[in-house]
Amino acid sequence: MKTFAQLNFPGRLIAVEGLDGSGKSTQIYLLKRWLETQGLKVFFSEWNSSELVKSATSKAKKQELLTPTTFSLIHATDFADRYERQLVPLLRAGYLVLCDRYIFTAFARDIVRGCPPQWVRDIYSFAALPDLTFFFKADLEVSLNRILDGRPQLKYFEAGMDLRLSTDPYESFRIFQGRILEQYLAMSTEFNFTLIDANQSIEAQQNVVRSLVAGKVDLASFAPQKPHVAR
Amino acid sequence: MKAAKSNRSLAQKSAVRGPKVARDPRVIVPHKSKRRFYGHGIPGVEMEKLAGKLIVVEGADGSGRSTQIQLLVDWLEGSGHSTVQVGLKRSTLVSEELDRAQEGNILSRTTLSLFYATDFADQMENIILPALRAGQMVLADRYIYTLMARDIVRGMDEKWLKNLYGMALEPDAVFYLNVAPEELVQRTFAKYSRLDYWESGMDVGVSRDMFDSFLKYQALMLRTFKSLQSTYGFHIIDAHRPVEAINAELRTKIQAVLSGHRID
Repeated sequence: MKTFAQLNFPGRLIAVEGLDGSGKSTQIYLLKRWLETQGLKVFFSEWNSSELVKSATSKAKKQELLTPTTFSLIHATDFADRYERQLVPLLRAGYLVLCDRYIFTAFARDIVRGCPPQWVRDIYSFAALPDLTFFFKADLEVSLNRILDGRPQLKYFEAGMDLRLSTDPYESFRIFQGRILEQYLAMSTEFNFTLIDANQSIEAQQNVVRSLVAGKVDLASFAPQKPHVAR
Repeated sequence: MKAAKSNRSLAQKSAVRGPKVARDPRVIVPHKSKRRFYGHGIPGVEMEKLAGKLIVVEGADGSGRSTQIQLLVDWLEGSGHSTVQVGLKRSTLVSEELDRAQEGNILSRTTLSLFYATDFADQMENIILPALRAGQMVLADRYIYTLMARDIVRGMDEKWLKNLYGMALEPDAVFYLNVAPEELVQRTFAKYSRLDYWESGMDVGVSRDMFDSFLKYQALMLRTFKSLQSTYGFHIIDAHRPVEAINAELRTKIQAVLSGHRID
């Protein structure tokens, strides 16, 4: 598998990964704001957001219809739709694409759900690797508390209830998230994750994120080209 | 669309005299077969508990699949076997969205392919496997091979597809009803008086002329099926013959499967 840079795309893709409550969405939002205020060509894409597939996914989730296999496939469908119709064309057009979750989310979740790891990886083999992947690593308790503090209504699949880890949604969520964290850490080296200490303040993290992006991406090349004016 | 399809098979059924059912009250208990998935499979399935048989009928639209399946159902049930029928795009999960996607022709290849795979997996886990566990005969009106062939013809990577459909159970028998494209086109006109956009492979771009595209596309599909045959070992059935002759051949072969013999 190659990165978009290795495939000679003019665009670059930056992904953030981490547990729910790791603060990754806040960080990528702040990164996006910083790039936008510089007037750069930026596009932001979220996991599980393709319109057509979404209707099937949300129906299936509400009715608790999914098995590990169909859960995996329906998310792969959603990703493929965004990848082929949105991400690839934008990257060809020289955009800086920011992804809140990428294929690693699927790798971690599907494997925890018991799907054969190689099967999942091969399904996503049509996707190129990000040029930069930030992994927000918070202590499990910190991320759990951020989510569970308000005693929110946890959704069935979000809490991993389909795995029958516990009849208590909160307990199930804890065990499920713990296992996902293990999976993330196991692939961290292989996929060249840049680890960010997510126990730090928002500003301290953003400071690290911005300087890494500035160091690794030639930001000037993402400024819109000035129209050619005939003299 | 679904209702129209079942009406059609009913009409065909009444037009054709079904096979004679033996008066013998004895019911043959099927021989247990060794089960395997094509690839990585589905987590948590206990293979030895899948007592039923899975029989697949493949072939283009107009090859007589539904007529043959209906006759097989009559025969199997008459012989004391409980049957379940499955087909493509019938899952509760995504069939509606698939229809919409097809109408608009808006999804790109990988996406559509994965969407179909989701539909298939849903039926695999919620219909096929439970039926086999219950010891029923599952008759599948097409299976992964049609899905794979369609994608291969459209340039998708065969290895990727084989991995994807590694979650499919290997059937006990797969019959491919072979009809020459020239004959298919005649049957299609006789039945619907028009050609279908997808069955003519208009999206593939082999020709802008629909008639021409249909012939070329169906020939491509046929060639692809034949190339898949070496891996998946289907039985190619000459479907130019009368309905009853084809059905007699299918019954003989299925009888062999039930008794645990190899099909010649």
